[in-house]
Amino acid sequence: MILATSTTVDLARAQFATTSIYHFLFVPLTLGLGPIVAIFQTMWRRSGDERWLRLTHFFGTLFLINFAIGVATGLVQEFQFGMNWSVYSTFVGNVFGAPLAIEGLAAFFLESTFLGLWIFGWDRLSPRLHLATLWVAVVGSWLSAYFILVANSFMQDPVGYKLENGQAVLTSVWALLGSHWAYYAFIHTVLAGLTAGAAVVFGVCCWHFVRGRNVELFRPAAKVALWILVPVSVFNLWFGSHFGILVTSLQPMKISASEAQWDTCSSCAFSLFQVGGFAQSDQTPSFSIEIPDMLSFLATGSFSGTVKGLTPLNDQYKAMYGPGDYLPPVESVYWSMRGMAYTGSFVALVAVVGAFLYWKRRLERLRWFLWIAVVTSFLPFVAAAFGWLLTELGRQPWIVQGLLKTADANSPAVSTTWLVISLAVFVCLYIALLVLDIWLMRRYAGRDPSTPAEEPGGASPAPAVGY
Amino acid sequence: MNLQNLWFVLIVVLWSGYFLLEGFDFGVGMLLPSLPRDDEERSQMFETIGPVWDGNEVWLVTAGGATFAAFPAWYATMFSGLYIALLAVLFFLIIRVISFEWRSKSTSPRWRKVWLWANAIGSFGASLIWGVGLANLLYGMPIDSSGDFSGTFWDLFNGYTLLGGLAVVAIFAFHGATFLTLRTGGDLRERAGRASKRLSLLAAVLGAAFLILTVVVAVNRNDKNVFPPVLPAAIGTAALVLALLFIHRRRQAWAFTMTGLAAIALVVTLFTSLYPRVIVSSTDFANSLTVSGSASQHYTLQVMSIVALIFVPLVLLYQGWTYHVFRARVGGPKEEPTH
Repeated sequence: MILATSTTVDLARAQFATTSIYHFLFVPLTLGLGPIVAIFQTMWRRSGDERWLRLTHFFGTLFLINFAIGVATGLVQEFQFGMNWSVYSTFVGNVFGAPLAIEGLAAFFLESTFLGLWIFGWDRLSPRLHLATLWVAVVGSWLSAYFILVANSFMQDPVGYKLENGQAVLTSVWALLGSHWAYYAFIHTVLAGLTAGAAVVFGVCCWHFVRGRNVELFRPAAKVALWILVPVSVFNLWFGSHFGILVTSLQPMKISASEAQWDTCSSCAFSLFQVGGFAQSDQTPSFSIEIPDMLSFLATGSFSGTVKGLTPLNDQYKAMYGPGDYLPPVESVYWSMRGMAYTGSFVALVAVVGAFLYWKRRLERLRWFLWIAVVTSFLPFVAAAFGWLLTELGRQPWIVQGLLKTADANSPAVSTTWLVISLAVFVCLYIALLVLDIWLMRRYAGRDPSTPAEEPGGASPAPAVGY
Repeated sequence: MNLQNLWFVLIVVLWSGYFLLEGFDFGVGMLLPSLPRDDEERSQMFETIGPVWDGNEVWLVTAGGATFAAFPAWYATMFSGLYIALLAVLFFLIIRVISFEWRSKSTSPRWRKVWLWANAIGSFGASLIWGVGLANLLYGMPIDSSGDFSGTFWDLFNGYTLLGGLAVVAIFAFHGATFLTLRTGGDLRERAGRASKRLSLLAAVLGAAFLILTVVVAVNRNDKNVFPPVLPAAIGTAALVLALLFIHRRRQAWAFTMTGLAAIALVVTLFTSLYPRVIVSSTDFANSLTVSGSASQHYTLQVMSIVALIFVPLVLLYQGWTYHVFRARVGGPKEEPTH
């Protein structure tokens, strides 16, 4: 019985992790590439230079190839709360449902309707109005990010609610919408999206430079990308660590787990890399590289700050919430944090070096660096995936911090058979789509934008971005 | 009217919007394999719904989100109970959504064929399951005393619910065909007209049968009187018959209005038959979920009402504008839009 129960929760968790991480491979590009395409089109309107128009079509196509998967996999996200987590849904619906419904009404309608207008409106709307439709769609996508992060923030730091008859009931929508957690997460996410969008644009430009093709066309695109990538990726490193200080005060367990810090310490050292030390029975790493005082600074903002250890926190939670184990999976959380921070730092480094080389007019000839830039365009997605693993694994064993445990939240009506079937369906479908997406992206990213965008023999004389 | 009932009505409005709008783009999708003669016509069909399908689908996303917010227990029981059915819906919708953006991205005939069929199968499958799924809410699902589904996947299928699925498929196909008579030109438009005529009889027979049976099921299994469910059922049946007459007299705009009305009437009949329950339990009638029993607290509903009051009119305004922008026919001899 116990085995059966834990298996359904595990399967439901595996499914949520798979579908969420997958969904979030496409979301950053929607958030980040959308505004860049809009900037290209704005530059075209302002300067009349046809190169900007060609860039708009070129990157607009890449944007739409990914947008499709983002929309399709977003549906799964909404449905699976009710499908796999019915106890959770009943428990939080009063509070958590509201931002989801508002997201639909205020953001998705805006995004989808105006993107449809943009794709098909090239010759039906005045140029100024047509440009405005894209900006409105971008605003819609950013708004949707805000509302979904408000919902997620309730799982991390529940605010604006009270408990009534075993349910969380909304008491203040302003407290919910004004959640500090949500603000931080929103800014961090949008910056990550812009980083991803700019890194992809920069990577594609560099790929064309390597091959010595369309250099005149892609040079201004690389410049716009770097103007965004350098400040955004560097600022997001600082902002992410600043976010960490908020997390320390709201979810101390998550921060201590992300550092594998078992005992309470002051002026704690930050572990850059360690072997072992991830289990209650094995708390001291056999090998580690550390920066003195750095953990205190990252977690509290002061080099001498105190960071509570996992063991005392676990004891404190036992006293508060009853017997049990309140430790998240320490090793996974530790490496997720590092995976995020290290890839994010690497992206920022490549951005700064790239900008320097661009400024010195050497970028287009340094083949080794161009290849690094091409590979770097994938890294923001890796960083984002690790970031979500850190956020959601670090919250365990809670599904709503302090209120409901993950193990008690799944659907009693859903059997392991159903879960296995659905997990198999999603994994197979998602892998097939990813392979096709990468094939399409590679094909379109390597295309020569000076030729007509749509292949000859294509059915309709439609604009470059269309059917 | 208290806020719980208002939100029940709003959920009905959202599903109605979904059936009215995505109904015709599902219909266009189902006709993709049979109606067009060549790749150009296939692209024209895609283009008739290209600018609007995504906005249409948001009516479903919002219906889902609104159910979650306003009736958490209904959302939880419905989505976990219809598990495999919704998994199939997700599969169908995913391949369909992607077909829109990806089909044109290669000239390979095989690639284009695959995505055309993905759209057609996705449209057919999703329509069928929505019909079966919504019919189940009324016919009754095995719901235990703690509000959880306690049956198997096959419990969802019986004569009535299957008829519901087929009726929705037929009405959507008819709705899509009448839409194409308004949005295409030339030979394709002629064929869409002929297809609408053929589909009109099928949709009228299946639709009327399902609407009448729905009233019977409401009386027998949900403790309802014949009135009020008979009212929307009668309107829906009349709309289908009128659509059939209009399409035969080439009054295509009127025919489309009537197929749209029929799609809405079907949703309204089902939900009027359900009220005051939201899911009927076939295990024990007392286990049925009700509007008041599954609703959120007053404050949540109040907040959501204000949000809906602001945004629903806005959405109607700009979606309406989109349809106005794309009112010109796709392909065929150029015709000036009449207004």
